[in-house]
Amino acid sequence: MSETSTKAAPVLQARGLVKRYGQVTAIDGADFDLLPGEVLAVIGDNGAGKTSLIKALTGALVPDRGEIRLNGEPVRFSGPQSARQYGIETVYQDLAVAPSMDIASNMFLGRELRRPGPLGSVLRLLDKKRMREQAAAHMADLGIGLRSLTQAVETLSGGQRQAVAVARSVAWARSVIVMDEPTAALGVKESGQVLDLIRRVRDKGLPVVLISHNMPHVFEIADRIHVHRLGRRAALIRPQDHSMAEVVAIMTGALSVSEGGGTVVADTEAAKAAGVTAD
Amino acid sequence: MTATTPAYAHLKDPTTVRRLLTAPTLGPLVALILACVFFSLSSEQFLSGGNFSLIVQQVMVVGTLAIGQTLIILTAGIDLSCGAVMAFGSIVMAKLAAEGSVPPLLAITLGLLVCAGFGLLNGLLVKGVPLPPFIVTLGMLNVAFALTHIYSEEQTISRLPSELTVLGDTFPLGNTDITYGSLVTIALFLLFAYALGATGWGRHVYALGNSPESARLNGIGTTRLTIGVYALAGLVYGIAALLLISRTGVGDPQAGQTDNLDSITAVVLGGTSLFGGRGTVLGTLLGVLIVGVFRNGLQLMGVASVYQTLITGILVILAVTVDQMSRRKVR
Repeated sequence: MSETSTKAAPVLQARGLVKRYGQVTAIDGADFDLLPGEVLAVIGDNGAGKTSLIKALTGALVPDRGEIRLNGEPVRFSGPQSARQYGIETVYQDLAVAPSMDIASNMFLGRELRRPGPLGSVLRLLDKKRMREQAAAHMADLGIGLRSLTQAVETLSGGQRQAVAVARSVAWARSVIVMDEPTAALGVKESGQVLDLIRRVRDKGLPVVLISHNMPHVFEIADRIHVHRLGRRAALIRPQDHSMAEVVAIMTGALSVSEGGGTVVADTEAAKAAGVTAD
Repeated sequence: MTATTPAYAHLKDPTTVRRLLTAPTLGPLVALILACVFFSLSSEQFLSGGNFSLIVQQVMVVGTLAIGQTLIILTAGIDLSCGAVMAFGSIVMAKLAAEGSVPPLLAITLGLLVCAGFGLLNGLLVKGVPLPPFIVTLGMLNVAFALTHIYSEEQTISRLPSELTVLGDTFPLGNTDITYGSLVTIALFLLFAYALGATGWGRHVYALGNSPESARLNGIGTTRLTIGVYALAGLVYGIAALLLISRTGVGDPQAGQTDNLDSITAVVLGGTSLFGGRGTVLGTLLGVLIVGVFRNGLQLMGVASVYQTLITGILVILAVTVDQMSRRKVR
């Protein structure tokens, strides 16, 4: 696969990432490229190491070897907080919201705004009004309709909660948003709303890394697909060039992708079983 | 934001009236008012400044403990050791000051530090090992209880310097005498209501009680926060120890033995959830006052104290039932 086929410089890039836990190799020389303004889906079988890759890119794990570049500059993340300071925000699968707290409090959790002057610096008084206004502006910006920002998050539906989590990340992300299975726990209609939301985020110019198991969702929304297999990138493809069956076959190792972008049968038996052939 | 009508103009802040009507402290407040109305109708002595001052004095020690207990319960913990820690703190203060080996103010400071140290140790065990708060504080209850009896040699310590009992002194307000200790307790309630309700630290305590993992993912240092909350609660128990001495005038190794459960009762009556993340310290103040008003009112009516305990027990179960049912309705 060629790296020069793309004109724009990657926003987030990784080369040769390695992470070992004793005998287990979680990341085995993985590469990663995220272009500006794209939705990049990261897919892979269970145990393929996509979670470890994502953790390395969001600071939750420090790789043993390899390089991560953000906007061309080499970066090292010492923890999630450090990646966040670089403008990389993550929407976690289990939502990471505080259910009894209201929407505005959740959006500013860990980053509360204080009143200006001694009220804030000495008395540590929160600026609730400013936080509510900014939260409202962010929600409106993404077209998320909610009755009130002082509602506790636990009174919202699953889709609305996910919207709050996404809006929070969008509000703080300057470079990249990473979403871990954002539709996994949602119904059909709510999934559709979250996919719409992801499109709006991309249209605002923020690139999105989408980890998903849901192949139809991936094909619906992704601009490119990063297929992870055995701890490294097996392929980087465009959804319009391949069928879902082919992508699944790449994921399981039945097919592999050649330099020119065509598919090659790697495992004849498996490919036959999956009902796919090479170009 | 901008001068044009923003797209989110429909997102109105709720009005003050609406906020009051939906506040979780509304239930306890109504219960307190009803109790006051009932007792003022059944006893002529109830509705007087002197009697209210007495109620506050009767509840100030448990009330102060309940502040620390609220902090810990908000983080989804529980503290069974608070009464025993307070008793040990009061013995440390009393014994050091009575023997005259250290100046009274230093004795008070050392007592406060001992209590804060117990809190710190609780926090370290809860977060560092980690162990369930119930187990840690159950163990610490016994440790502090035993240390109290060993150090005091089972003796009540009297003839204390005036510095240790000054909070029991009164000043006149109108024709009612108020103790300085009551003011300390009320000031502590207001201080923690502010800290929990209006600062980032307070938000983080609630977030921690909601979900430690979500708090951590949002960049909140949950280890430091948890240990800090336990240590701070310990310091508050130290203040309760000083209030205890000022109220009785002696260092009593038998004191505070049921105060752990009494403080939990007050917290629960005040609408705070034992699962953490929900509740207010002002609710706890209402809970403390409800217990105090019931005990005082029943006493004035000539009801034996064992019935007061009976009614307190029924109240707790009733309060939690109402709380659970109202919460189910929201969902």
